[in-house]
Amino acid sequence: MAQGTTTADQAKREGDPPGEPAAEGVDTSTPDQVTDPHKGVFARGMRVLGVAARTEPWIFLAAVAGAMLHAGVTVGSASVLGYLTDNTILPAFSAGETTAAALVAAAALLMAVGLGKAVGLALRRLLAGLMQFRMQARYRRAVARKYLELPLSWHHRHPTGQLLSNANADVEAAWQPLAPLPMAVGSVFMLVIASIAMVVTDPVLALVAFVVFPILAAANVVFQRRVSPMASRAQALRAEVSGVAHESFDGALVVKTLGREDTETERFTRSAHRLRDALIQVGRMRSIFDPFTEALPNFGVLAVLLLGMWRLSTGAIEPGELVQIAFLFTLLALPIRSFGWILGDLPRSVVGWDRVQSVLNSGGTMEHGDRTLEPTERGLALSARDVTFSYADAYDADGGVRDLLDDTVTGARTTVLNGVDLDIAPGRTVALVGPTGSGKSTLTTVLMRLVDPESGAVSYDGVDLRDLARDQIPSHAALVPQGTFVFEDSVRDNIALGAAGVDDAQIWAALRLARADGFIAELDGGLDARLGEKGTTLSGGQRQRLALARAIVRRPRLLIMDDATSAVDPQIEAQILAGLRERDDAATVVVVAYRRATIELADEVLYMEGGRVLARGSHTELLSTSSGYNRLVTAYERASAENEAERAPIPEEPGPAEPRLPTGGHSTDAAEETSR
Amino acid sequence: MSAPTQARTDDSSEQAAGAGRPERDPVLSLHQNQDTALGTIRRGLQLSPEFARGLWLTLLFALVATAGKVIVPVAVQQIIDNGLTGEGGPDLGFVARMVAVCAGLLVVTMFCSYLMNLRLYRATESGLATLRRKAFRHVHDLSVLTQNSERKGALVSRVTGDVDQISTFMQWGGLLLLVSTGQLLVATTLMAVYSWQLTLVVWICVLPLFFGVRWLQKLLSRAYLTVRERTGDMLGAIGETVMGAAVIRAHGTEERTAGRIDTTVLATRRAQVKAQRLSMAVSPFAEIVAALGNVAVVLVGVWLGIAGDLTAGQLIAFLFLMTLFIQPMMMATEIFNEAQNAIAGWRRVLGVLDTAPDIADPGEAGRVLPRGPVRVGFDRVTYSYPEGPVVLDDVDVEITPGTRVAVVGETGSGKTTFVKLLTRLMDPASGTVSLDEVDLREVSFSSLRSRVVMVPQEGFLFDSSLGDNIRFARPESTDAELETAVNELGLSDWLGSLAHGLDTPVGQRGESLSAGERQLVALVRAYVADPDLLVLDEATSAVDPHTEVRIQRALDRLTRGRTSVAIAHRLSTAEAADRVLVFDDGRIVQSGSHDELVDRPGVYADLYASWIRSSA
Repeated sequence: MAQGTTTADQAKREGDPPGEPAAEGVDTSTPDQVTDPHKGVFARGMRVLGVAARTEPWIFLAAVAGAMLHAGVTVGSASVLGYLTDNTILPAFSAGETTAAALVAAAALLMAVGLGKAVGLALRRLLAGLMQFRMQARYRRAVARKYLELPLSWHHRHPTGQLLSNANADVEAAWQPLAPLPMAVGSVFMLVIASIAMVVTDPVLALVAFVVFPILAAANVVFQRRVSPMASRAQALRAEVSGVAHESFDGALVVKTLGREDTETERFTRSAHRLRDALIQVGRMRSIFDPFTEALPNFGVLAVLLLGMWRLSTGAIEPGELVQIAFLFTLLALPIRSFGWILGDLPRSVVGWDRVQSVLNSGGTMEHGDRTLEPTERGLALSARDVTFSYADAYDADGGVRDLLDDTVTGARTTVLNGVDLDIAPGRTVALVGPTGSGKSTLTTVLMRLVDPESGAVSYDGVDLRDLARDQIPSHAALVPQGTFVFEDSVRDNIALGAAGVDDAQIWAALRLARADGFIAELDGGLDARLGEKGTTLSGGQRQRLALARAIVRRPRLLIMDDATSAVDPQIEAQILAGLRERDDAATVVVVAYRRATIELADEVLYMEGGRVLARGSHTELLSTSSGYNRLVTAYERASAENEAERAPIPEEPGPAEPRLPTGGHSTDAAEETSR
Repeated sequence: MSAPTQARTDDSSEQAAGAGRPERDPVLSLHQNQDTALGTIRRGLQLSPEFARGLWLTLLFALVATAGKVIVPVAVQQIIDNGLTGEGGPDLGFVARMVAVCAGLLVVTMFCSYLMNLRLYRATESGLATLRRKAFRHVHDLSVLTQNSERKGALVSRVTGDVDQISTFMQWGGLLLLVSTGQLLVATTLMAVYSWQLTLVVWICVLPLFFGVRWLQKLLSRAYLTVRERTGDMLGAIGETVMGAAVIRAHGTEERTAGRIDTTVLATRRAQVKAQRLSMAVSPFAEIVAALGNVAVVLVGVWLGIAGDLTAGQLIAFLFLMTLFIQPMMMATEIFNEAQNAIAGWRRVLGVLDTAPDIADPGEAGRVLPRGPVRVGFDRVTYSYPEGPVVLDDVDVEITPGTRVAVVGETGSGKTTFVKLLTRLMDPASGTVSLDEVDLREVSFSSLRSRVVMVPQEGFLFDSSLGDNIRFARPESTDAELETAVNELGLSDWLGSLAHGLDTPVGQRGESLSAGERQLVALVRAYVADPDLLVLDEATSAVDPHTEVRIQRALDRLTRGRTSVAIAHRLSTAEAADRVLVFDDGRIVQSGSHDELVDRPGVYADLYASWIRSSA
């Protein structure tokens, strides 16, 4: 049994070249090989920030200029204070009088300092924010557009949650350090000119600064090194708490009906306590660090005062110079901490960047040809020749979900289609029947070119799908999946989905055919009613009928239904199928079916097993010619017959092969994949 | 059937909510807490006693710690006034003594600051963990959880995001708020000691900033709300590309989605930039206020000094103290904003806790049912959703012990409500549901849940091993017992086909298994629970016929020797039942065995005919 085997050597990367740069100004350089996430974080982080600086050079430079203005004026303000001490305050106090000129000069100096700082600060913060948000927006767009562009097979390999958090949290994390970046650059500048100012004022007092500030900087580095793994741990535990709550509330009916609320609460409490302990651990580090870094410059000031008095007594400096240096110490403490903020954000930034890059660099864009199909109403002639398909498992051997970064080519693959041949004449209705995992759902996605076969070809009216222009397939064929996606939008938009020239009358006609007109008419607003989380939520059967209407409204020449009415009441399903057959334009219909009534409506049945079409013919023919088919469609009837016969144990009898992965992990049913 | 508004309004916490009509959360039909900010904090503190434990000592440490902030300005003042002007130049001895004392004080305040921080982190995180636990447990007691599955996400955020918001505030803003308030207080006190006139001048300069901050903060919280809304839209649009990947490709609607992405991403960016503009505005504003303050201090200070009311050291100390004044203001908008979010989050969590469970456990006082097959009685039972239509109308039925009952009817006929009343997921509006002649409302939950087990339509599994999921019903069972159970249900061939047997990981919600296999696990789980009354809601989704056979076999054995009630979506279930209850429009319109009913004209015969049409 070839199907269901997982072989690593079959692994083959979709052999497409790396994607074009997704958008202007989006860097898609190959990500660094990720070995140890904490190794070389600083250098790699600086490279990430360099990308931002190169992308938005003018904003970056203006922000840095603002930061430098602020830094310069801040250092200047200490000199102003020193100058005022010597020339305005002390003379006035000792002489008991002062001049208007001295006071005006003092006021003007102080106001100038305030204005300079204000302008610098405003420029710096405004532009730093602008740069951060522009980069975020740029990369969010790039990532989302990449998602649109990447083939479905790529989507199948990656869990939804990861892709969403990539566009959201990863992009945000990547550009988080941009906010404090100009301040940090300004701080470097401030330290340099402050050092010069101090050395010029008094080299001896400046020595205190050369002791205190390196210690402060080192303390910052040590703290960030120690606290950032703790903070990531707390973040992971937050996710864990949320995961437990989600799962427990999702399973509420089971929890409640089995009376297991207390054990669930215990499980949740254990998680919540782990989170509490992790947060307290972070808090403890901060409790040590914050008071220390705050006190350190104060000790510096005391040292300056002591040394300064001695310098004063020897006449080396004036009192104003002492005040100036002491004041500088109180001003410099905060800017130095901005290095800590950047250092704290860098590891997350680097990881976020790498993850974003891994998406942007993903290969596998689908190539399209330029041929078009005849614009007619007639059904399509559909054929497939020796189609094979396998996909990389989204789950690894342990049942765990693979990480986005781990897009390895050597992953295990599962063969689903193993040489499918079929020819369907225009206007025929064909049922695809087969046991779970026989490849029916996957075949529907290949027939729609949602994925390309690994070998073999599918053609519409004799034209290979790969030669068709981009819009050709959706405008001639439609697929109705088992579970569909409902957009956060009105009913009208959910059905038209941007198709040109669809009016309300056509939408209602489609809804009628899909037997969805009844419940839609009852919605508040009818076609304008909003669906999705913020609007009306539909039941499974209603969603299926909506999906059907969505397909019908496009008047496809080929309609593929992948068990598309499984959640619809059997009576309604029968009405729908009958309605579809009554239409005069005879579209070709391929329907994946379990229910016998559905199967019997078809002109012809294709029986699939193990990724191949094993038999074809009418229902009655196949019942006698194909033992597998016979067993499958009669299994249910036999079961109920035996049940009735008396409640004797049903004989254990092997039916049609039911595939089982050696890993015992992920189901081979691609329907679950397409319906994500 | 939309979300029932079930929560009662007459609970005692309403008194705390103050005047006004109690509002309801329209989405969750939960109690909507209308407390003022202070009221919310008071109630919050009551619920998590850890917050207040040892708070006085913490505050004492906080006071000492903030007092440390003025050591440097005092030292500067003392040295300028007393050290500079010693006889024969600077008084080095005085300065040395002064510096030594100040250094000692700094060490003490540093240590107090450490203790204050640590105690605060500990108290708040412990308190929040308690809040999480209480809210989590309470959510499980609310019927909204089992009746409004669409909104579970919102309930999850009550025990995660909302509490995280409080935690974030406590870890940063709350601490800063405390320290800043202390800083302003201590600085003002010291200033007043030096000169009340100059203190007044400083306050007059800073006061407009105070009001400005409040005003900005209001604008800012509105701006942040816009950011959140835009971000939500944006994530929705991005989500389409992922969750709707197949639909978008199948219908070729890439352009439409790309357009939505561009619009929402840009709108988000615009909202972010706007909010940023407001949040940064306060800093330059504060710098200018500080400059004005400095000018005023120098001018008025010099004037006071000449009059002999102020020393030079005190004037310079004032300039140092100004920085202590301005710093908190610069962060005030952010702090207030976080505080507002935290209080809103807290209020939402309290809203959950204030919603009285509508299905109450009689607990210790409750009656215990004897073991053995159960007799079920519905005595004139009516149910309607508040302000909604009647869904069950005067239902009277008696089910004898050991009977297999199938419940049939169209969607909306009341069969699901019937089953929910039977398992006491809801209580009837009037009439009584009884088991073995005991009113269900008097039965303690522990007895009820061990005697009555329901297998829901969707076999929900937890993300662990197959064995753990079966064991969920009875945590003490051994692997051997589980295997016996599997065997007794005739499923050992199936278990054998799994490479890892009971250790097979089932994945999130059991998604590594097929829908049919999930149902099999749910059946084994119910079997291990060993109930006397089994309630089944048959799955509607199509399962391949082979698994179907297994499910039928397991069901057959599971129901043997028990009373069972099954919502039947399949013909075979009704055929195999001892008795069929036919629901139509909230009433039982027919009752009897399949054979009796099938030939009689009526609802059942009609249903049967359409079944036959569709599945034979």
